[in-house]
Amino acid sequence: MSQFLEISGLCAQIDADGQEKQILRGVDLSIPPGEVHVIMGPNGSGKSTLSYVLAGREDYEVTAGTATFHGQDLLAMEPEERAAAGLFLAFQSPIELPGVNNANFLRTAVNAVRRARGQEELDAVAFLKMAREAAKALSMAPDMLKRNVNVGFSGGEKKRNEVLQMTLLQPTFAILDETDSGLDVDALRIVAEGVNRLRAPTFSALVITHHQKLLDYLVPDRIHVMARGRIILSGGPELARQIDQEGYTKFLAEVA
Amino acid sequence: MNALSKDMSGPLALFANRLNTLTGAQRQSAAGALARTGLPDRKSEAWKYTALRALGKQDYLQAPAQVDEAAVRALLDGVFQAHPAMAALPRVVFVNGRHAPAFSVAPDDVDLSFFGQNAEFGLQAAPDRDPLVALNTALAEDGLVLRVPAGEDAGHLMLISLGVAQEQPVSFHPRHTVVVEKDAYLRLISVQAGQGTYFHNPVMDIRVEDGATLEHVTLQTEGAQAISLGTLYAHVGHKSVYDSFVLGLGGQLVRHEVHARLASPRGVVHVNGAQRLAGQQVGDITSVITHAASDCISRQTVRNVLDGHARGVFQGKVLVEQVALKTDGYQMNQALLLSPDAEIDAKPELEIYADDVRCSHGATVGALDDDQLFYLRSRGISVQEARQMLIDAFLDEAIALVVDATAQTFCRAVMAARFAQKGEA
Amino acid sequence: MPAVTQTREAVEKLGQSTYKWGFETDIEMDMAPKGLNEDIIRLISSRKEEPEWMLEWRLAAYKTWQAMQEPKWAKVAYPPIDYQDAHYYAAPRKKPGPKSLDEVDPELLRTYEKLGIPLHEQALLAGVEVPEGERMPVAVDAVFDSVSVATTFRKTLEEAGVIFCPISEAVKEHPDLVRKYLGTVVPAGDNFFSALNSAVFTDGSFVYVPKGVRCPMELSTYFRINARNTGQFERTLIVVEEGASVSYLEGCTAPMRDENQLHAAVVELVAMDDASIKYSTVQNWYPGDENGRGGIYNFVTKRGACRGARSKISWTQVETGSAITWKYPSCILQGEGSVGEFYSVAVTNNHQQADTGTKMIHLGRNTRSTIIAKTISAGRSDSTYRGLVRVQPKASGARNFTQCDSLLIGDQCGAHTVPYIESRNMNARIEHEATTSKISEDQLFYCRQRGLSEEDAVGLIVNGFCRDVLKELPMEFAVEAQKLLQISLEGSVG
Repeated sequence: MSQFLEISGLCAQIDADGQEKQILRGVDLSIPPGEVHVIMGPNGSGKSTLSYVLAGREDYEVTAGTATFHGQDLLAMEPEERAAAGLFLAFQSPIELPGVNNANFLRTAVNAVRRARGQEELDAVAFLKMAREAAKALSMAPDMLKRNVNVGFSGGEKKRNEVLQMTLLQPTFAILDETDSGLDVDALRIVAEGVNRLRAPTFSALVITHHQKLLDYLVPDRIHVMARGRIILSGGPELARQIDQEGYTKFLAEVA
Repeated sequence: MNALSKDMSGPLALFANRLNTLTGAQRQSAAGALARTGLPDRKSEAWKYTALRALGKQDYLQAPAQVDEAAVRALLDGVFQAHPAMAALPRVVFVNGRHAPAFSVAPDDVDLSFFGQNAEFGLQAAPDRDPLVALNTALAEDGLVLRVPAGEDAGHLMLISLGVAQEQPVSFHPRHTVVVEKDAYLRLISVQAGQGTYFHNPVMDIRVEDGATLEHVTLQTEGAQAISLGTLYAHVGHKSVYDSFVLGLGGQLVRHEVHARLASPRGVVHVNGAQRLAGQQVGDITSVITHAASDCISRQTVRNVLDGHARGVFQGKVLVEQVALKTDGYQMNQALLLSPDAEIDAKPELEIYADDVRCSHGATVGALDDDQLFYLRSRGISVQEARQMLIDAFLDEAIALVVDATAQTFCRAVMAARFAQKGEA
Repeated sequence: MPAVTQTREAVEKLGQSTYKWGFETDIEMDMAPKGLNEDIIRLISSRKEEPEWMLEWRLAAYKTWQAMQEPKWAKVAYPPIDYQDAHYYAAPRKKPGPKSLDEVDPELLRTYEKLGIPLHEQALLAGVEVPEGERMPVAVDAVFDSVSVATTFRKTLEEAGVIFCPISEAVKEHPDLVRKYLGTVVPAGDNFFSALNSAVFTDGSFVYVPKGVRCPMELSTYFRINARNTGQFERTLIVVEEGASVSYLEGCTAPMRDENQLHAAVVELVAMDDASIKYSTVQNWYPGDENGRGGIYNFVTKRGACRGARSKISWTQVETGSAITWKYPSCILQGEGSVGEFYSVAVTNNHQQADTGTKMIHLGRNTRSTIIAKTISAGRSDSTYRGLVRVQPKASGARNFTQCDSLLIGDQCGAHTVPYIESRNMNARIEHEATTSKISEDQLFYCRQRGLSEEDAVGLIVNGFCRDVLKELPMEFAVEAQKLLQISLEGSVG
């Protein structure tokens, strides 16, 4: 059966100072449309790598396995083609683009994606109207569209900007990499609300975290535990509470 | 003076005939200095990174007085093409180093005359120390002599220098003088453009008197075969401002050399710039900023984007004399290499003799940032477009330092026209 | 600004009394006649009982030198040096190269004792001076004018397979090693002073660490110029084989004299795959008096070749002495992933002039270099950081970070920064930062409000300013260097 997102036996490595380091060691994961899945796991288990590999970062070399999205070979696509196909990665720490105006960036991205999807491009007026409304809905300061992308933004502003991009690019699948932002509760809430607004039978999300706070705002359908480059356990929402109470050690021991 | 030619070897030999027939003490003395030193080679520290060998490959004739008007008109149209509003500003046009009144639009509120009528060498240029200034001093035929009277806001003025070489390579050595008197204001936009093989060797002597401001943007779009070696001296008075920016795009070998002297307390100097080069271009931005009085501020941001086999050179010295207490100096040079064959050579230099100062400089060299590229691509933007956006942004941060909105818009328009972005946004 | 005024006055009051190493040792010397010619070189070579190839090498270097010009590009000024007006060989009149410490002239041992240089293995081994007993002993090679007078701990080192001996001895005992490496990092004709050194060098240290050996103790050479009208031309060669490592320290002092004396050393380092060399210098040659009379001209060529993959060469220098310093310890980063480091503190006071820095030449892929240079100028001195970072087309992934900071104390001095940055590889990343400032009045006031004397406060702040460099020194040297900083700026630094 052709699932929405289907990952099978995915292995990937990175070249670190001349030495190859295996990070993903056979990830199997399938996400049906309309569901929110969560990947949890200790530091260094490969969670962020999985999100980068799915989004097409070139530093990582896929050595085995497959990933299909809407039946297409995801791994054969360029990062921008994946975006056009509907995949969105909300970065753990959004990149700053000095000198690149935020509105210009958003419009370039939106029109590139629209072009690829066979939709009509937006002119400056129509785009700005749409962007201002979306920004307002996220309680963003009006000048954030005029500023350079993420430059001088606070943590919360950066998260809002990610969600704004997600709203405008209308993905069908969003990966939210929240591994290290655990301490900033506001930032988490912003992201969760952004996802909740997009929830629909045709939209899925993969949320990466290693703590439970995010799940107070986002009700997941399924929880996966990742360790040493593999998904070692999957379950319903109750799994998250169990990890919260008992920690990872027990689960890791069981698998080992 | 006939003995002179014996001492002239290499590139200088090309000018020997003209140098041997000079009249006037100043010109003869400059030619003498030149005969002693010759044109600089890379053994000279100031020319360590820029060789003048290319100059020796052509026989540059004295530029003829008559030039094809249609060619001039076409070049002038080219200057305004990117931003037609500029054509409405007053302008003084020089063609092959000579004033071309037919193409000029006289400005109001300024006192305008010409070197060709009354040779005014100015006080700052030093033929004995700088061979190119010596060459200019010896051979200068014409130039702008501009004076903005005290207290006057003269608005904008364009100084357009066009090189037109048709059959033969030509050379010209204009000598410009700009004085902005006490509390006066001028926004000067210099444009250099041309066609064919020519050697442009301008010297500009600038005085910004007490309380005055000169905003000076130089748009360097010389013709593809041009060699352009310009030297600019700026004397900055008490509480006055010399705010300059150079955008380097054209030419085969181009050097923009600025000597700014903060001569009285509380002066401000900005020597900013950006260059974007490709092919076999060599672009050299060299500056010496001298703090010779207390409480002055100098700022310098220079950005280089180098593609193909292009080579960028940045030499920036900040010299703080013993009297220049409370000096605040900052300098930043950054380079982006886009091709495996591009090269940047940078020498940011601090020479400091006063203790109560705050001076710093920085330099970075690198390629486009992978994280930024990936971020853009993950938002659906193609790799070419993403690269273009990052390159534009990198240069635009320097262009954003241009204070005068008209000149800033002009620079942006010229950039956009030259490097048309796919799928404009 | 009363604090600063006082500081300046105090700096101006600085006299000869502050140079505590300026005494002279009365010892009978064997001197070559003044002047430099082929006969003198033959004399040096024969005194050293050198093999023929060594003499030929020297003579060739001398020929090269004769055709060269003294370099003028450094920002230092001094009257012309008469190279014929110095003795090129001076040795204590005793058989050079004593076999054991017992044979060393007691007067010499006393000299090194006064300098605080331990030449007594027994006392050190017994841990008499440092009761904790934790401290690693340091093996010392003491070079007095033109010859090595003592090398300690040779047995211990031999057991580990490490060769540590005077280079004059290495020429005879290990000719194959010396011939294989001498002049391969700094060719004789590299520059005017290296050519001079190659022709007339008299002694210095040779270190060879074989494959896989971590040298069991710090190695140290202590250079002392004593005789009048002599130059010192030492030559150091350190070769560290695959996977081996060594930490080497170098110290130097000289008596106070009215004349200038020339010190033109050459140091060559070679590091193979995964080898590491840490080379630390505390340079305290006599700087001249407060009027700029006398002092050492320190014209030194130091260069390391990271030939092997992942090899590492780290230079740390604290330069407080010499009337003029001209030195640029450099790294040629040839091996893939090799690492070069340069940590420097240069202090100038009175009429001292220093033009010092480094060169990092990136040839191999993924090579990395770090430069941290701290310059402190006081009195009427002039100090320049001059550094080159060059990335060649094949050095993809090369990285450099440079930080140069200058501090001025008083308004009669100068501090200059002259970096050269050349990149021919689009995948290299270079970052350079430099600042110049004075000691902040706020910091001074804060310290004094907390009860520190002004001098202690300046000392504290200067040491803080140099911390990033001082922490790179081996422990014992760091303490010594810290004291030296204070003494060099005495009056302003307590």
